[in-house]
Amino acid sequence: MDYIYADNAATTAVSETALNAMLPFFRGNYGNPSSLHSVGQRANEALIAARETVAKVLNADAKEIIFTSGGSEADNQAIVTAADIGAKKGKKHIVSTAFEHHAVLHTLRKLEKQGYEVTLLDVHENGIVTPEEVAAAIREDTCLVTVMFANNEIGTVQPIKEIGAVCREKKVLFHTDAVQAAGHLHIDVKDMNVDMLSISGHKFHGPKGVGALYARRGILLSSIIEGGAQERGKRAGTENLPAIVGMAAALEEAAAHLDENAAKERRVRDQLIEGLSEIEHCVLNGDRERRLPGNVNFCFEGIEGESILLLLDDKGIAASSGSACTSGSLEPSHVLLAIGRPHEIAHGSLRLSIDETATEEQAAYIIEAVKDTVALLRSMSPVWRDLKSGKQQFITK
Amino acid sequence: MALYSEKVMDHFRNPRNVGVIEDADGVGEVGNARCGDIMKFYIKVENDIITDIKFETFGCGSAIASASMATELIKGQPVERALELTNRAVVEALDGLPAHKIHCSVLAEEVIKAALKDYYDKHGIAYDPALFAETHDCEHCDV
Repeated sequence: MDYIYADNAATTAVSETALNAMLPFFRGNYGNPSSLHSVGQRANEALIAARETVAKVLNADAKEIIFTSGGSEADNQAIVTAADIGAKKGKKHIVSTAFEHHAVLHTLRKLEKQGYEVTLLDVHENGIVTPEEVAAAIREDTCLVTVMFANNEIGTVQPIKEIGAVCREKKVLFHTDAVQAAGHLHIDVKDMNVDMLSISGHKFHGPKGVGALYARRGILLSSIIEGGAQERGKRAGTENLPAIVGMAAALEEAAAHLDENAAKERRVRDQLIEGLSEIEHCVLNGDRERRLPGNVNFCFEGIEGESILLLLDDKGIAASSGSACTSGSLEPSHVLLAIGRPHEIAHGSLRLSIDETATEEQAAYIIEAVKDTVALLRSMSPVWRDLKSGKQQFITK
Repeated sequence: MALYSEKVMDHFRNPRNVGVIEDADGVGEVGNARCGDIMKFYIKVENDIITDIKFETFGCGSAIASASMATELIKGQPVERALELTNRAVVEALDGLPAHKIHCSVLAEEVIKAALKDYYDKHGIAYDPALFAETHDCEHCDV
């Protein structure tokens, strides 16, 4: 079996379509879109076309899209923008959730140091926040609600349209980090009552280092990178045209095949979930139904995630984990802690994120490989021995 | 994988001396599951020589490799020598560990001491308590 890449939530391969769209912009059409001459103007035409493409997929207007260096920058800019708008009206309270991406959480933490107050909503064991809870958290001085579209680790999809409706009604700006959702779930910023939305090119077979921020007409963006007048003065720096064109092509392609890709992924995802559920003392993380079509995330009791990943890599499978050892910090994943997993089992998590090329044959191979790996690591784990002998209580069923 | 040396990967993939000794002369366990690593060593001692040793580990690749290497380094050694084993010696024997994984080798050093202390206690052998004064007990950990 060829190497199986099941870490598409981390990053994806650039599609043939995206790559071919990009190539002319490295040498032939290398102009600076800000230049007046014909070389520059040709580049500018491509920039305009890419903006229109991205806008169309999101059901936005081209003027409402600005290109950024990625999802993190888009998240930062959206939040800082809402904070600045709020500050002018004396509103310095922000509502978000406990399991946002760090691009959101760390920006919020920075704002807290500047005197903003942040309410992080509980996401419950199923990894979903309710519109009612958002409504209850909104105060007179709330300037922003930011809730991710789909979680990057456990894949749970939030009720964005309903949360957006709550925010509209209460006249609070609503931002959603749709980095994991774009290209995988239908997005319609108008229908979903979204004011600002972040996407990242490399999560849907586009290139890395490029993203976009949608900001509804009328929202005055604060720039976080100062300089030239690119992106209507809201994001300085010569546009990364090859990447922008590649992202637009990838997004258009993903949107065109969204339903068929999702159906394919869902079949393989469900096969994986079913197969891995047979392992004793494991638990699926995130709601069984309301999750990304390509996301599988389990905790296995009595073992640690990095060991799982290394052994799977030996077996030709790329996956990821929320253990402390793999997060590069001392704490296991904040997402798993937010859904109430105790540290002990949060260390033993495994995320498989497949794309539309995944097959049932690959899933069968992954299931066997994970079963073998879990059994091997448990056979040398003192924790597992204590659990089996009854010295310690199992946390999972 | 470039994360670890060949030695670490070899000991991770083919750990030496994994298992349990039911009638061990000394048993030591360090670390905790909250932090994500636990090591447990079982030793047999005859005439002051560590004649057999087994380990179990809950933890990452370098935790398993550190435990495995530590068992190799002290198997067949006099108890006194085993007590002198430092985490640095484990790191060197593994051809290095990434900086944020050094604590795995510290656990390996401590688990040997814990098992030997248990051996002394069980067999009524007098020892200098200073030998076992410092246990690191997740000093890196803020949970």
